[in-house]
Amino acid sequence: MKSLAVRRHDRRAPIVLLALALVATGGLYAVLAAPSRADAAPLPGQADTTTGQKLFEANCATCHGMGAVGTAIAPSLVGVGAAAVDFQVGTGRMPMTVSGPQAQAKPVQFTQTQISQLAAYVASLGPGPQIPTADMVDPSKGDPATGMAVFRTNCAMCHNAVGAGGSLTEGKFAPNLWHTTPTHIYEAMLTGPQSMPVFNDANITPQEKRDVIAFIKQQGGTQPGGLDLGALGPVSEGLWAWVVGLGLLIGAAVWIGAKSS
Amino acid sequence: MSTTNPTAPTGKAAAATADWLDQRTGVGVAVKGLARKLFPEHWSFMLGEIALYSFITLLISGTFLTMFFVPSADEVTYTGPWTALQGTTMSAAFASTLKLSFEVRGGLLMRQVHHWAALIFLAAIVTHMMRVFFTGAFRKPREINWVIGFVLLTLGLAAGFSGYSLPDDVLSGNGLRITDGLIRGIPIIGTYLSYFVFGGQFPGTAIIPRLFTVHVLLVPGLILALVGLHLALVFLQKHTQFPGSGRTNGNVVGYPLFPVYTAKAGGFFFVVFGVIALMAATMQINPVWNYGPYDPAPVSAGAQPDWYMLFLEGALRLMPGQAEVVFGSYTVPFNVLIPGLVVPLLLLGPLAVYPFVEAYATGDKREHHLLDRPRNAPFRTAYGMSILAEFFVLVLAGSNDLIATHFHLSLNDITWTLRFAFFIVPGIVFVLTRRVCLALQRKDREVVLHGHESGRIVRFASGEYVEVHTPLDEHERWIRVQHEPVRPIRIAPAEDSRGVRRPHYRSDVRRQRLSRLFFETRVEPVTPAEYAAAQEHRAIATGPGDAGHEQIVAGTGDHASRS
Ligand code: HEC
Ligand code: HEC
Ligand code: HEM
Repeated sequence: MKSLAVRRHDRRAPIVLLALALVATGGLYAVLAAPSRADAAPLPGQADTTTGQKLFEANCATCHGMGAVGTAIAPSLVGVGAAAVDFQVGTGRMPMTVSGPQAQAKPVQFTQTQISQLAAYVASLGPGPQIPTADMVDPSKGDPATGMAVFRTNCAMCHNAVGAGGSLTEGKFAPNLWHTTPTHIYEAMLTGPQSMPVFNDANITPQEKRDVIAFIKQQGGTQPGGLDLGALGPVSEGLWAWVVGLGLLIGAAVWIGAKSS
Repeated sequence: MSTTNPTAPTGKAAAATADWLDQRTGVGVAVKGLARKLFPEHWSFMLGEIALYSFITLLISGTFLTMFFVPSADEVTYTGPWTALQGTTMSAAFASTLKLSFEVRGGLLMRQVHHWAALIFLAAIVTHMMRVFFTGAFRKPREINWVIGFVLLTLGLAAGFSGYSLPDDVLSGNGLRITDGLIRGIPIIGTYLSYFVFGGQFPGTAIIPRLFTVHVLLVPGLILALVGLHLALVFLQKHTQFPGSGRTNGNVVGYPLFPVYTAKAGGFFFVVFGVIALMAATMQINPVWNYGPYDPAPVSAGAQPDWYMLFLEGALRLMPGQAEVVFGSYTVPFNVLIPGLVVPLLLLGPLAVYPFVEAYATGDKREHHLLDRPRNAPFRTAYGMSILAEFFVLVLAGSNDLIATHFHLSLNDITWTLRFAFFIVPGIVFVLTRRVCLALQRKDREVVLHGHESGRIVRFASGEYVEVHTPLDEHERWIRVQHEPVRPIRIAPAEDSRGVRRPHYRSDVRRQRLSRLFFETRVEPVTPAEYAAAQEHRAIATGPGDAGHEQIVAGTGDHASRS
């Protein structure tokens, strides 16, 4: 039991820390990046595009081909837009390393400036979804109730009711969304990475996207009623009922039995 | 109870009250009898108590919940404190569950107490049932109590399911939808039955009030009545005990109900309540506000029933979808009927009647008050384990998505593996368990005849090496030799001495076949003669001065001499 308690303690500590860190970086990011993003979004500078092209040729062209026209192993990036690059590279999925059922999120390999340069380069190849502005993804401007309704009908079947993640076929899975940045959530909806469908602005309006972000950002924190046991639903509850509940009770029964004889 | 016990050293007022009661009701005799009742000691005999106490906890917390829960499907718009649902339309049932969780003082704690208690109640029932099964406590005269217990298990499932469906959140709606599908799958009457149950088209507005009646009145009432009967029978028939020196089929060795057992049992109630309260206070359960109000459209990942229904979910997930057959204008969905009705019937049905099947196979009509050590009933133990293994496979199948994400496996691979496992694992578990039981019995024989290995090697003058074995004390030995061998029944020949065909020969043959299946492979317990021979051998080998000339009487199959 003691080791369990320790583990439980351990499990929560990083989450709290991460939440704090997220709030801090998110706040800083919003303050620092908001104005430049808002201006930069429509037309990237020529300098960015050329540096981006160099970065692309060095890191991505082996798979995506020169000019990002695609090869046998990786799709063409013409027209995927800056949003796709910002999401794929910003969550560490690209450059892809191991081949598997789906590209895994890994530690990010580029600085935010380099990512913007790559994005600018890919965006220059053909029109595609833009990186959203800080205002478009600001959770405080969204309505979590609408967000929950949209999330329940569009996302929960893959990502679980509160975005804790779920499984798809053949080893693919929809990841947990609690630590994803608002911008990446928006971009994921806009570009539909891999098995995830695209939710364009006709499906889910920009306002609704912000509502969804507001809803997701409320999840994964402290929940009413105690430890959320991973927010995985009745299976994990059943496991805990057997392990902790019945475990303790049988332990007590054995102890009482031993006391008397 | 203490106030009416005439022998208890109570105060004057209490004694006077007791006397007053006794003179009018004659209750003293009954109480005296009760108080002197003995109850044997073993931790596994408390599993039934855990079930009982968690049931009481359910009653207490459930009563609290009924005061705030609104069993109605009327549409309301949520205006409470949970921001993520403000302005959402939902049923009054769901809204009142939210109100219980966020606005009623202590409401969330009570909801969580109630739900954790339900999970533990069913877990305790299942472990209690395993204890009764594996020790053979269901043998005559306790078959009726086994059947009552089995009905209690199904009532427990019904209580859990009806309660899970009440809050009208997405998960409970999903569960009801599956039930509706199951009902509709029944040939010919299915559709009518579904309309009958739901009062029209699913989901309708009738089901929540109906489930409420079932959940708070019908099922708990039946459980209460049957638990009363169950415990009355335990009292009347006396509790069984494990074999041991001094314990026979005709006595009960234990502590008196009063004061020792009442104190312990009373204390244990608080332990059970305490553990449940602790879990409820620290661990979230069924956060309906995350799932949202029921609406047939959304289904979320991780949508599963509570653990005790997971085997059904698993069966549905394993079943290939193609097994739907169309006869003329009728569709018979075997893909739903097999996992939803056939599999549970095949798994649970034989358990319900197991005591009768085993009695038929042994041909034994005597009473049994001494429990079996599971190893001494290899067929039963192996069968029980194989059923448990099958349930485990189904539970894993019901959790296949979580296994996939947590162990980075492919969902499809898991499903296919478990499909095969469904057919193979019970067989493997059966064979392995039976082998382990037989091996343990052989080990028992070995130890009784030759003693424990001491690890001490002695070299004789002749150069021979012998390991010294320490003989067992009487108590250890008795436990290993006291059981009777159960052999396949023998039947009379097909024709009697005058060559006339015997009328019941065919059914006798069938019975013998079953009996062979049960008892053909077995290890005989050590007989007194074998033991004596072994002792003599030891005496010769180790020379005089060796201890161990006690007599043992066991394994003779002669029941009368023991009681
Ligand atoms: C090891 C080969 C490999 C490397 C290196 C690689 N990618 Fe990819 N990338 C892929 C594959 C394969 C996919 C398709 C993934 C899928 O849909 O399952 C992909 C998909 C993408 C997408 C999403 C396309 C869409 O349709 O939305 C973007 C954007 C992307 N890569 C950008 C990059 C960038 C930028 C780099 C360099 C930093 C990079 N990739 C490096 C293999 C690679
Ligand atoms: C068909 C299932 C499916 C649906 C529906 C779906 N997603 Fe996804 N989602 C996925 C998969 C699969 C991935 C992982 C893709 C990858 O690894 O490249 C993903 C990834 C994401 C990510 C990136 C997470 C991270 O931290 O890297 C976000 C954010 C996301 N989804 C949000 C949403 C939202 C919001 C919706 C609803 C509007 C939604 N998804 C609907 C399957 C789905
Ligand atoms: C509501 C659920 C149940 C409650 C509250 C309950 C309670 C109890 C209690 C307190 C005892 C005496 C102590 C013990 O042996 O553990 C007992 C004995 C017994 N129970 Fe249950 N029980 C339940 C369900 C079941 C089930 C599901 C079965 C089997 C199908 C079962 C079969 C028996 C039998 C045969 C005995 C007598 C055991 C003996 O004398 O050794 N019970 N029960």
